[in-house]
Amino acid sequence: MQTVKMVVTGPFNAGKTEFIRSVSEIDVVSTERKISSDAEKVKDQTTVAMDFGRISIDENLVLYLFGTPGQRRFDFMWEILSEGMLGFIVMVDSARPETFREARNILETFHAYAPTPYVVAANKQDDPDAWEVEDMRIALRLSSEVKLLPCVATDKETVKSVLLELLYSILEEMEISDVLPNDEKHLDA
Amino acid sequence: MALKGNLRDFSITQLLNLISMARKTGTLILEREPEQIYISFREGKLSYARNGKDSAGLTMVLYRAKKLNASQVRIINEKAAGMSDKELGLLLINSNLLSQREILTSLQLYYLSMFNRLFTWNEGLFRFDNELLPPKDKITVRINLENLIIEGTRKMREWEQLQDEIPSLDMALRFSDRPGVNLRNLNLNVEEWKVISFINPKNTIHQIAKATNKNDLEIRRIIYSFIQAGLVELIRPAGPTLPPPPVQPKITAPQASKTEQKSLIFRIISRIRSL
Repeated sequence: MQTVKMVVTGPFNAGKTEFIRSVSEIDVVSTERKISSDAEKVKDQTTVAMDFGRISIDENLVLYLFGTPGQRRFDFMWEILSEGMLGFIVMVDSARPETFREARNILETFHAYAPTPYVVAANKQDDPDAWEVEDMRIALRLSSEVKLLPCVATDKETVKSVLLELLYSILEEMEISDVLPNDEKHLDA
Repeated sequence: MALKGNLRDFSITQLLNLISMARKTGTLILEREPEQIYISFREGKLSYARNGKDSAGLTMVLYRAKKLNASQVRIINEKAAGMSDKELGLLLINSNLLSQREILTSLQLYYLSMFNRLFTWNEGLFRFDNELLPPKDKITVRINLENLIIEGTRKMREWEQLQDEIPSLDMALRFSDRPGVNLRNLNLNVEEWKVISFINPKNTIHQIAKATNKNDLEIRRIIYSFIQAGLVELIRPAGPTLPPPPVQPKITAPQASKTEQKSLIFRIISRIRSL
């Protein structure tokens, strides 16, 4: 049985657990704990180690989705989780501009751990306070080549389209590496 | 869709940069009790500004810019009551009282005075309204934001330094005990004299600012220069335990040929599509 993995990362309360829950065929193995800090009490529980979802591709292949803890004090988990990943998704809460800088930092950190393809999901686009995707692109300082995708983590169809876009990016990356020698590969962070 | 938040989380320079880059048209509304400032943009350029719900009419703007004197203002108010700013502007130009350039420059300075104040705001709610445009009878301008952002960033740095030196406007001031120093011999400008006249341990800096009609940056600048000169002194008025990480399934990056890797990705794509 072959296994591959993708990582879902992003700031606290960006919707990573919900994203994995929407497509996982198993109940997400979650390490959520009650939040102790008043400053972070925008929800009752948060992921402290990782979330873990699974999609069986066929009888010989399984895709695992790992969600990282959002709180910075658990960032020692990030490097462990990023090892061997096919690519990663950075979830950003579109209605909380105060988390955009943190999202950018997480993106840069993950890209430094493993320069694999990634996409950015502008989550909670159904929230009336959500920023427009193109405004978020400027705020997050993402170049036009980086895929920034509208998403509602509770909506399976948008979650699927984010996963598919990441897979297309992985394919494109493979094709580039077929054509170019290693030192000419370009990844935009 | 919303473009809103708090300047505490998304600074004014980031916000203006976004408006400039996205070439936005609409009005940015910023609120910090008790103030409310409206800044309008057209295709990413500053076009109009007003403080609160009421904007100063053209006559008052020109009077403040010393382009009109009090008697001229009185005559205009009597004879041109009910005229829009655009009509009044044309009347002033046609009667050779002011040139178009003088009117536009005065308006630009007025709009910029409000715009520049925002760089002293560390927090405050903001929202961008695409539908809210300047009133049709008002004269608008077109000012590129790039230089304003650079200049504003400089002001922010100065502001941060002044905040370090004068952390709170709730502090009061008293004259330093410096025998032999006669205030009358000091070379102060009118604004500085106004501030000096209110220095008293009973008055907070905030109260002095209000009485002399100065914003936070202006009052801090003046007080800082007094402190530096040794004239005045500031006085006070009165983790959860982590569970052991679950054992991670042993997953390794696929070590296969390019063709096999691509085939693997295609299999995943096909499966995700069918979910």
